[in-house]
Amino acid sequence: MNLSLNKASVNNVIKPKKNKKPGRYKLFFMTVPFLILCFLFSYLPLYGWKYAFYDYKVGMQLSQCQYVGFQWFKSLIANPVQRGEVIRVMQNTFAMSGLGILTSFLPLMFAIFLVEISRTWFKSIVQTLTTIPNFISWVLVFSFAFCLLSNTGFVNQLLIQIGLIKHPITFLASDGHTWLEMWLWGQWKGLGWGAIMYLAAISGIDAELYEAAKVDGAGRFRMMWNITVPSLLPTYFVLLMLSISGFLNNGMDQYFVFQNAINKAHIEVLDLYVYNIGLGGGSFSLATAVSILKSLVSIVLLALTNGMSKLFRGETIV
Amino acid sequence: MKKKIKCSPGDIVFDIFNYGFFALFTLICIFPFYYIFINTISNNDLSSRGLIFFLPKGIHFSNYTAIMSIPGFSQAALVSVGRTVIGTLLTVGGSALLGFLFTKEQMWGRKFWYRCIVITMYLQAGMIPWYITMRNLHLTDNFLAYVIPGIVAPFNVILVKTFVESLPASLQESAEIDGAGYFTVFTRIVFPLIKPILGTIAIFSAVGQWSSFTDTLFLMTDSRLFTLQYVLWQYLNEASSMASILKSNGGGMTASLANMQTPLSVQMTISMVVVLPILCVYPFCQRFFVKGIMMGAVKG
Repeated sequence: MNLSLNKASVNNVIKPKKNKKPGRYKLFFMTVPFLILCFLFSYLPLYGWKYAFYDYKVGMQLSQCQYVGFQWFKSLIANPVQRGEVIRVMQNTFAMSGLGILTSFLPLMFAIFLVEISRTWFKSIVQTLTTIPNFISWVLVFSFAFCLLSNTGFVNQLLIQIGLIKHPITFLASDGHTWLEMWLWGQWKGLGWGAIMYLAAISGIDAELYEAAKVDGAGRFRMMWNITVPSLLPTYFVLLMLSISGFLNNGMDQYFVFQNAINKAHIEVLDLYVYNIGLGGGSFSLATAVSILKSLVSIVLLALTNGMSKLFRGETIV
Repeated sequence: MKKKIKCSPGDIVFDIFNYGFFALFTLICIFPFYYIFINTISNNDLSSRGLIFFLPKGIHFSNYTAIMSIPGFSQAALVSVGRTVIGTLLTVGGSALLGFLFTKEQMWGRKFWYRCIVITMYLQAGMIPWYITMRNLHLTDNFLAYVIPGIVAPFNVILVKTFVESLPASLQESAEIDGAGYFTVFTRIVFPLIKPILGTIAIFSAVGQWSSFTDTLFLMTDSRLFTLQYVLWQYLNEASSMASILKSNGGGMTASLANMQTPLSVQMTISMVVVLPILCVYPFCQRFFVKGIMMGAVKG
C-alpha cells in the first residue's frame, strides 16, 4: 500500500472539488491595472458621445454650451446642404469599400498562381519583396507617389523624354480617377501581404489530393479549380465577412495624405470627413454625431455578418 | 510539388505569363524604393528637375551627411526611436502578462472581464470623443500618449491567451504545487515558452509605432514631440515654407547647386531614413510572421 502523504494526494482525496481556489481575487487584482487602462482608452471615450447633444464650441466648457438634443442628427437629414455632404461622403465610402470587396478575390488568385511557380528561389523573392509595401506608412507611400507621379516625377519625365507626351500628366492634382487611384495604391500596398494568409492555407492542403487528381488525368487548371479554390473558400469567407463588417471603417491615413483641394470631393470617406469637420473645422458636435451613427451601423453590420457566418459556416466570427 | 517535365505549349505559355506577371509586380513593388535611393545620392539639381531615371548621376552623399542639420530631424528621430522601443516593450509585456492572467480559470469574473476587453475591438467610440478623452487625461503634447494606449491591445491579448492555453497544463501546475506564485510562474515558466508569439507581437507593434502618424497629427502641437513620419509629412506638404527655412539654415555652407538641399532632396532623404530600418529588419523577420500567421490561420 502506498502510505505516503504528499500534498497532491491529500488534495485529491480530501478536496476533490476545485472551487474557491485561493488565487481568485489575487488574479483579479493583478488584472486591475490593465482593466483600468482599457476603461480609460476604450470605454471612457464613450462618455464623449454626449458632446453630440450640445452645441459645443471649441475652447469653452461643455457646461457653458447650449443643450440641443438631436439637432445635429436631424440636420444630417433635414438640412439640404448637410444632406448633400453626407450623401457625397457615403458615396465615396461605399465606392472605396465596395471596390475592395469586389476585388477581394485578388489575393486568393495571387496565392494560387504563385504556388504554380516551380522555382523556389523566385517564389521566395517574390513573396519577400511584394510584402514589404505592407509595412511602410501611408505617409511614405504618398512620398513615393509624389516622387513618381508629380510633374517633375519619374513617370512624367520619362514619358516626356521618350516623346510620348508633351506636357506632364497631373496624376496627383486631379479628380478624374480618384477612386481607382486609391484602390490601386491599396493593392500595391496590400496584395502581397493579403496573399500570405492564403499561401499558408494552401500549404496545409493534403498533397495526396493533388496526386490522386493527377492520376485521374486532371490538368493544372482543373486541379486549381477543384482542389485549391474549395480549400481556400473558408478562409476567404471569413476575411470577406470581416471586410463587410468593417465597411464603414476605411481608416483615415491613406485618404488624408492623398487629399488635396482638387480631389477632396471624391476622396473624402467617412473617417476623413469626421476629421475634416471635427478637428479640422471645429464642429466637434456634428463630427461626434456622425461618429455615433457610424459606430451604431458598424455594430449592426457586425451582428449581420456574424449571423451570416453562423448560417453558412456553423460558427460565428466573433 | 515535384517538378514535372513540361512538354505542352500551353504549359510553357502559362509559365511565361506567370513568371512575367510576378516579375513585373515585384518590380513595381520595389522600384519606388530604388528610385528614391538613387535620387538621394545623385546631384540634387538634376534630381529636382526629374532627370534621374534608372541610374544615379553625380553621386554624392552630402544629403545623408547633412541630415542632422535638417531642421527638426534629429529630435524627430529621437522621438520615433524612443516610442518604438518603449512602446513595443510595454505592449509586449502588457499583452503577455494579461493574456497569461486570463488563462487562469479561477480568476474572479474571468469571462466577464475578458469579454469587456475583446468587445473594445468592435466598439469604436469615435475620433472626437477619443480626442476629448486624451485631452482630459492630459495626454496631448505628452510623450506617454504614444506608448500607454497600446499596452492593452485586445488582439494581442487573444493571441497570447490562445498560445498559453495550448501549452501543457502540467508545466504550470507542477510549479504551483511547488509553491510558486502567479507572477513567478509567469516569468520563469510561461514567458520563455511563449517567445514565438511574443516575437510576432513585437514586430507588428514595432512597425506600428514606427509608422504611426495620425496620433501625432491629432494630439501633438509641440514640435519636440513630432515623429519622423510627421516631419516627413511636413516637408511633403509645405514645400515652399520649408524651402525658405532650409535656405536660411544651410545658407553659406554648401556652395554648389548640386549639393544644396531642396525640399525634394530633404523629403527623399527622410523617406529613405524612415524606410531603412524596415528594409534591414524585414528579410530576417519575414519567416517569423509567416509562422505567426500560419498559427493564426490554423486556429481561425
